[in-house]
Amino acid sequence: MAKKLIEVKNLKKYFETKRGLLHAVDGVNFYINEGETLGLVGESGCGKSTTGRVVLRLLEATDGEIFFEGKNILDYSKQQMREMRRQMQIVFQDPFASLNPRMSVAQIIAEPLEINKVYSSKAEMNKKVKELMDTVGLAERLVNVYPHELDGGRRQRIGIARALALNPKFIVQDEPVSALDVSIQAQILNLMDRLQKELGLTYLFISHDLSVVKHVSDRIAVMYLGKVVELSDYKSMFKSPLHPYTQALLSAIPVPEIGVKRERIILEGDVPSPINPPEGCRFYGRCRHRQDICKQQTPQLKDMGNERYVACHFAGNL
Amino acid sequence: MANVNPAMDGKIPQADVKIAKKKRSQWFEVWLRLKKSKAAMVGLAIIVILIFSAIFADFIAPEGIDDQDLDRRFVSPSAEHFMGTDHLGRDIFSRIVYGSRISLQVGFIAVGIAALAGGSLGAIAGYYGGKLDNGIMRAMDILLAIPSILLAISIVAALGPSLANVMIAVGISSMPSYARIVRASVLTIKDQEFVEAAKAIGANDLRIIIKHILPNAMAPIIVQATLGVAGAILSAAGLSFIGLGIQPPNPEWGSMLASGRHYIRDYWHIATFPGLTIMITIFGLNLLGDGLRDALDPRLKN
Repeated sequence: MAKKLIEVKNLKKYFETKRGLLHAVDGVNFYINEGETLGLVGESGCGKSTTGRVVLRLLEATDGEIFFEGKNILDYSKQQMREMRRQMQIVFQDPFASLNPRMSVAQIIAEPLEINKVYSSKAEMNKKVKELMDTVGLAERLVNVYPHELDGGRRQRIGIARALALNPKFIVQDEPVSALDVSIQAQILNLMDRLQKELGLTYLFISHDLSVVKHVSDRIAVMYLGKVVELSDYKSMFKSPLHPYTQALLSAIPVPEIGVKRERIILEGDVPSPINPPEGCRFYGRCRHRQDICKQQTPQLKDMGNERYVACHFAGNL
Repeated sequence: MANVNPAMDGKIPQADVKIAKKKRSQWFEVWLRLKKSKAAMVGLAIIVILIFSAIFADFIAPEGIDDQDLDRRFVSPSAEHFMGTDHLGRDIFSRIVYGSRISLQVGFIAVGIAALAGGSLGAIAGYYGGKLDNGIMRAMDILLAIPSILLAISIVAALGPSLANVMIAVGISSMPSYARIVRASVLTIKDQEFVEAAKAIGANDLRIIIKHILPNAMAPIIVQATLGVAGAILSAAGLSFIGLGIQPPNPEWGSMLASGRHYIRDYWHIATFPGLTIMITIFGLNLLGDGLRDALDPRLKN
C-alpha cells in the first residue's frame, strides 16, 4: 500500500454566526497517498474550500487532527508552521483575486523565495523565477507585466508558479479551473498533470465539477454539508456509487450518446442549513432510502474493503 | 492523474500570445486619466507654481522678509511693489513668496505626521480587529469629538508657539480621519485571496500589511492627503492669525492677514493679498484632490 502523505482525522471547523454555530466542516476524515490526487467534490457551501484551507492552517481548525508525514501539524507553533508552509501550498480558485494587482509577475513569483530566504543573491533568485515561469509555460518577456494585463489562464499559471516556488510536496487546488474557459481549463489541467508527474506532487483537488474531478483524480471524496459521505477510487465510485447522495450526483452527469437515457435520481428539497444541524444523517431529509435509524444516529465512515469508505447505515445494501 | 491528451502538454502555443506593447504601470494609467481633467491640471499647476516659488524664493522675491523702510509704509500696489507694502514698509509680494515655504512645510509635514501615525493605527486596527480595533478607534473618536482647531490650539498652547509645534498640533488633530480611511480600506482588502496567498507562502503580518494591503489602499489615502494639505495650511494660517503659530517677523500668510486686518479700511491690499494667496492655494489643492479621487477610482467616473 502506498504511503499516506496527509491524513485528516475528525476535522472540525465551526464559525460563530449571529444565528448560531455554523458547522462548515464537521468531522471530516480522509487521507491522501503520496503522489496521488484526491478529488474533493460537493455542492457549493458544503465546506470543501474550508476543508482545504483548514488543512493548510490558513484557517484554524476547531477540532481534529491533521497529519503530514505522520506529524500532527495542528500542534505546530507559528514558527514551525512557517517552515511547514514550504511543503504545502495552495492554488486559488479566482486568478483575478489571488494575485496582488500592485505586483509584477516576477515579484509575485519571487515573493515566496524572498520570504523564506531561499537564495542569498538576487541573480540566483531571478534565475529561479525564470525557470519557474518556463516550467508553467509563461513566456519570459512577461516578467515585468502586471496581472491585470493578462488573461485568466496566464494568471492561473502565475498562481501555480508561485505555489511551486518552494518545491512543495503537497498542493491544495481550490477549484483552480472553475473560473476559466473550457479550452483554458484543459491547458491548466494538463499542466498540473505534467507537473505532478515531473515533480512527484500530491494534490488535494477541490471542485464541484464532476467531469473535471473524474479526469484528474485517483481517488474521490464526496462531501455533503460538512461531512465526507463517500471516499473511494474514481473507477469504483463512478461504476458503483455506494452512498445515496453520490448515486444522485452521478446520475446527473449527462451521457454523451444519442438514445441512451440514464435513470435520473431527482433529489427533493434543499440542502439544510449548516447552522446548528440536528443529530442523525445530514442527508436524511432528501434521501429516498431513509429510515428511522438515519434520524437518530449519525452514520460514520465504514470500511467497505478495497479502500472504499461510505458513511451510510445501509451501505452495500442499496 | 488519469487519461490526459498527450497533444496538449500544458504549454501555450506561442502564436496566441497577445500582450499590449506598451508596458504601463497602474500609476501611469492614473496619470493619463488625471491629465484628462482640466480642473485637476489647473490645481496641479497652482501647486507646482507654489512649490517652485518656495524652492526659488531667494531668486523670485525682490526683497527680504524683514526689509523695513518706514518711508514707504502703506504703498499701494504699483510697478515697484507689485502687491504694495505693509505698515512697516515691507514688500508684501516678497513676504508672500517666502511665506509659501512655511505654508508648504507645515502643510506637507503635518499631513505626513497625520498620515503616518493615523495610517498605522488604522491599519493595525483594521487588520487585527477585535479589542485592539475597538480601543484604537474609540481613542480616535475622542480626538474627533474635539473640534480640530480647538485641539490644535490647546496643543500649541501647551507646547508653546513654534513652527515645529504647529506641525505637530495640526498633525495630531487631523490624525483620526486617516485612521478611519485606512482602517476601512484594510477591512475590505484583508479578506481578499491574495492576502491569503501571502499567508500561504509564509509572509508575516507586517509584510502582509506593508506589501499587500497598503499599496492597494493607497488611492483613498492619497486623496485624503491632498485635501488634507489644504486643511493643514488653513489650520496653520488660523493658528498664526490668532498669534499661536509662526511668530513675527516670519512671513506666515495667516499672521500677515492678521496684521493687515487693522488697516483694512484704509489700505485694503495688506490683508487682501495674503488672503487671496491662501484661497488660491486651498483651491488648487482641492481641485487636485478631487481630480485624483476620480483618476484613482475609475469606477466612480461615468
